Amino acid sequence: MSSDGKHASERSLAYTLAFAALVGVVASGVVGGTAVLLESRREANRLLDLRRHVLEVAGLTTRDERLARDDLERLFAERVHPVVVELSSGRAVLDVDPESFDQRRMSRDPAHSRPAPSNPARVSRLPELALVYHVMEDGDELDVLILPFHGSGLWSTIYGFVALDSDLSTVRGITFYEHGETAGLGARITEPEWRSLWVGRQAFDEGGTLRIRVVKGSADPSSLHEVDGISGATLTGSGVSAAVGFWLGSSGFGPYLERYRQDRGSS
Amino acid sequence: MRSRDALWEPVFDNNPIALQVLGVCSALAVTTSMATAVVMSLAVTAVLMGSNVTLSMIRHRIPYRIRIIVQLTVIASLVIVTEQILQATAYGISQQLSVFVGLIITNCIVMGRAESFAMEHPPGLSFLDGLGNALGFGAVLLFVGFFRELLGTGSIFGYTILATTTNGGWYPPNGFMTLAPSAALLIGCFIWILRSRKPDQIEEEFTIAEEVTLGAFPDPGGEGRIR
Repeated sequence: MSSDGKHASERSLAYTLAFAALVGVVASGVVGGTAVLLESRREANRLLDLRRHVLEVAGLTTRDERLARDDLERLFAERVHPVVVELSSGRAVLDVDPESFDQRRMSRDPAHSRPAPSNPARVSRLPELALVYHVMEDGDELDVLILPFHGSGLWSTIYGFVALDSDLSTVRGITFYEHGETAGLGARITEPEWRSLWVGRQAFDEGGTLRIRVVKGSADPSSLHEVDGISGATLTGSGVSAAVGFWLGSSGFGPYLERYRQDRGSS
Repeated sequence: MRSRDALWEPVFDNNPIALQVLGVCSALAVTTSMATAVVMSLAVTAVLMGSNVTLSMIRHRIPYRIRIIVQLTVIASLVIVTEQILQATAYGISQQLSVFVGLIITNCIVMGRAESFAMEHPPGLSFLDGLGNALGFGAVLLFVGFFRELLGTGSIFGYTILATTTNGGWYPPNGFMTLAPSAALLIGCFIWILRSRKPDQIEEEFTIAEEVTLGAFPDPGGEGRIR
């Protein structure tokens, strides 16, 4: 510490404050500038990644398959139909473009969202509309229904998709596209081994009551609704459990699922 | 100090992980595969060189009293920029690295080099010191990543080397290698190999009684060996 002699005592308070302010301004300029500059590319990557997750959870691609951007876009456009849904009524909304619809932005917009009822997933606001995905078979028969969900884990909000069979109860798959859980513990929810435990579970029982949940420790092997917890990640597991439960429930996609069952029953 | 020493010394003679025992956290976390280890090494290289050069350039103007927070601001900005660039160019990998790119901010190597080297040396040398330490960090990461991916999943950079039994091959993958503790073991092996070749890196052994009499047992002002 000797080469430069101008230490604490020689710096005035004004100099120190001015220096701190300057560093702050320059640093925020650099950070802000990069963010603005790269925004569109990050957004495009995010969207592509989302679609990759939708295709995978629907079983249209496997995890190891790294499709090129164009192939992925083509497959998505051919097989997946995004549908904007009004949460409260469960109606499909046709005059909103799914391409540009941003559910997260809507959740922040007070004019188009409302506070969520108190819930274990700690979802704070509910948007009016939400984006779901249909994968069709033979033209017009629903094969897979993909619903987005989110909720609080231990550290972060966990975002993912759950895919249901055409019976609207059997889980086809689950995937997580954004989270900030502990690597090696909570983050293990993204591992295929754990996600595969969900496949084939029933979200609802015969009476239509929501049953699916992550249990602490091992699931009862005879249960159709329980998923093993991850040891060391109990809170993340309960978070996922609560999030899926909330979004399949009456505040989330409940009305939509109900409407869908009725429509099909009548047709 | 000569430039060559600034560059090469941290790689094996004064390795940030193996000798200074800094930055172990991310070395455990992101070494499950070669791809993440390489990208993490590159990210740390960018941040370390950037922060060393930047701080060295302004070292005479930084008020001593607020130097740590200034260092932190510079480092944090560089980390955020690096993270943004990663998200724009290698989204998949950036997702796999999850929080650990952001956590470079708290990687002791970066602040350690800023405080102990860049604040006292000119930008050129600081650049080389940053590069050297990043290479030292990267060398350990790649060493660990190589064995973890090979033994844990039978592949290197995702290409199958040992056909695993789960895919109908002969190699039963070692699940332990995919878990963080295996990295601690491998880093231990790295240190062992390094120190058996360079015996001067072995710390002198004190008995506890000696340390107490030497007053060295609680060592808060030490070299920051324990992080």
